[in-house]
Amino acid sequence: MDELYDVVILGTGLTECILSGLLSKSGKKVLHMDRNQYYGAESTSLTPLPEVYKYFGLPAPNSCENPRDWNVDVIPKFLMADGKLVKLLIHTDVTRYLEFKSVEGSYVEKSGKVYKIPSNEREALSTSLMGMFEKRRFRNFLVWLSEYNEADPKTHKDVPPKTPMSDVFKKFGLDKNTIDFVGHAMALHRTEEFMTAPCMDTIQRIQLYIESIKRYGNSPYLYPLYGLGEIPQGFARLSAIYGGTYMLNKPIEKVEQIDGQIGVTSEGETVMAKIVVGDPSYFPTKVQKVSQVIRAVCFLKHPITNTSDAKSCQIIIPQNQVGRKHDIYVSCVSSAHNVCAKNWHLAIVSTTVETDNPEQELEPGLKLLKPIAQMFTKVSDIYQPTDDGSESKMFISKSYDATSHFETTCDDILDIYKRITGEDFDFSKVEKKEPEQ
Amino acid sequence: MATRTGAPRPANSGTQGKICQFKLVLLGESAVGKSSLVLRFVKGQFHEYQESTIGAAFLTQTVCLQDTTVKFEIWDTAGQERYHSLAPMYYRGAQAAIVVYDITNQDTFARAKTWVKELQRQASPNIVIALAGNKADLSNKRMVEHDDAVSYAEENGLLFMETSAKTAMHVNDIFLAIAEKLPKNEAGASANRQSAGVGLTATDNREGSGKSCCGSN
Repeated sequence: MDELYDVVILGTGLTECILSGLLSKSGKKVLHMDRNQYYGAESTSLTPLPEVYKYFGLPAPNSCENPRDWNVDVIPKFLMADGKLVKLLIHTDVTRYLEFKSVEGSYVEKSGKVYKIPSNEREALSTSLMGMFEKRRFRNFLVWLSEYNEADPKTHKDVPPKTPMSDVFKKFGLDKNTIDFVGHAMALHRTEEFMTAPCMDTIQRIQLYIESIKRYGNSPYLYPLYGLGEIPQGFARLSAIYGGTYMLNKPIEKVEQIDGQIGVTSEGETVMAKIVVGDPSYFPTKVQKVSQVIRAVCFLKHPITNTSDAKSCQIIIPQNQVGRKHDIYVSCVSSAHNVCAKNWHLAIVSTTVETDNPEQELEPGLKLLKPIAQMFTKVSDIYQPTDDGSESKMFISKSYDATSHFETTCDDILDIYKRITGEDFDFSKVEKKEPEQ
Repeated sequence: MATRTGAPRPANSGTQGKICQFKLVLLGESAVGKSSLVLRFVKGQFHEYQESTIGAAFLTQTVCLQDTTVKFEIWDTAGQERYHSLAPMYYRGAQAAIVVYDITNQDTFARAKTWVKELQRQASPNIVIALAGNKADLSNKRMVEHDDAVSYAEENGLLFMETSAKTAMHVNDIFLAIAEKLPKNEAGASANRQSAGVGLTATDNREGSGKSCCGSN
């Protein structure tokens, strides 16, 4: 281990594996280590089943059938079909290692009832989410929005990009329930801050939502077979194929600056690197806690009620509906995704912690799942790095936040990539590329 | 499109011959000649000083049997075997494996046995496993007896051949033997893969396999 590496990467979470793959592919000499004996760090899918109990500090059942059928995520997320992670998968060809299924339905709670979010014009016309006149106003809003282009003022129709979103809703005469549904279930905002913010961000989010639905059908979301943990593994393989070295089960004792380089010490041996990349858990003195997220992993023997027996779905409970500041998310996948044994469903309820009794905060989501055969709850601290790495040469990722998709994770990845290389990641190749075969 | 396909698919059901595609993984210690075997099989090449594997995600090669064409999608370890850090994804959906050792190195034979155990633990229960004693051209430096390997393979239900990527000895034969042993019907495949998903492509996928796969969930 006495060589000099361009990059030493600590932790095999999604962020670290994508950066590992991108840097290795661009010719950097990469050493990638993880203290755990499995890939994926926090973005792993735990397998076989007893590992789930172990992760949450519970005794495993004495026997279970087909323990290897289980690949249980601990952080619930879906991919936006037209989002940045899909672009990264295609750009790097990592998609060839993976298979995805479209998530069957996306739902929103309104006045204690669960409604399907319309995914096409026909569903929009028949939905009981809004009344007839509201539907017409909503349609006008969508037509305007789908043509909106920041660079082309003609498409703005007297609504410049800096207009507060609340004024846009006023202009189109949308009511409170529609605003809730548009802001939280389509733009996927988690709080009400977007109402006073410039409308451009919300417009782009809804455009992403609509473009994502157009790609595969019933919902804007995709989910990989065998669980989210497949994605970091795929990027790790990319890194390895271009010469990246992988070592699991390596406890890291020290990361320190030595003569303008970084020394990383594991099991008494020190390797030198020009830069180090890693998740917050490897840099306890260089990160700060910004919030907490509570997540409850639930094993169900039934599909979620009122979702047309969906094998996969997402339910958003907007904060307004339950008197909170942050939305509650419910995501559900099942044996159709090779993540649990036959006839089982896996649901995760999550939200940003607001009180001293976080488990109670999940109740509006848990209520939709009952009876719950087995539940595992964990409160996770969300960390951010305290410096950008430009001086320390230690580039630290952010913890996985409470969002229901990977867009903010990809923003972090692309931002770290830019800080390391000095240039923006070039997505343009994705658009030019012809599909294989 | 969806390149990681577990199930053998009749490509053009209408004509008599069908094409079945299988994922085959290579296992074995570093430097026993895994990549050399594949290069010999796929490209007919041999390099005395083959570099450690760089840049090849997987290679494909077809083998023609009497009434079936078998297309292998061959996965190399990409060096992830070196510190025992192969990801579960590597074994996932593999219907065949070649476990390679070097006949001039007893340790690599011992390690081959642990790779076989690993496959029995992690891979699909009906995976076809072949054991390859590579570098057979160096038999004057032999450290692993042919008979020992034969009896180990028999006990564990493995195909076995001594191979040489350098002289091409038994290289095609071992792939052919695997192709013959693989089940070529939908029933044999469905045990490996319950359900196929969609592959992602840069272009709009609505007209492709995406719709049919998603629509039939």
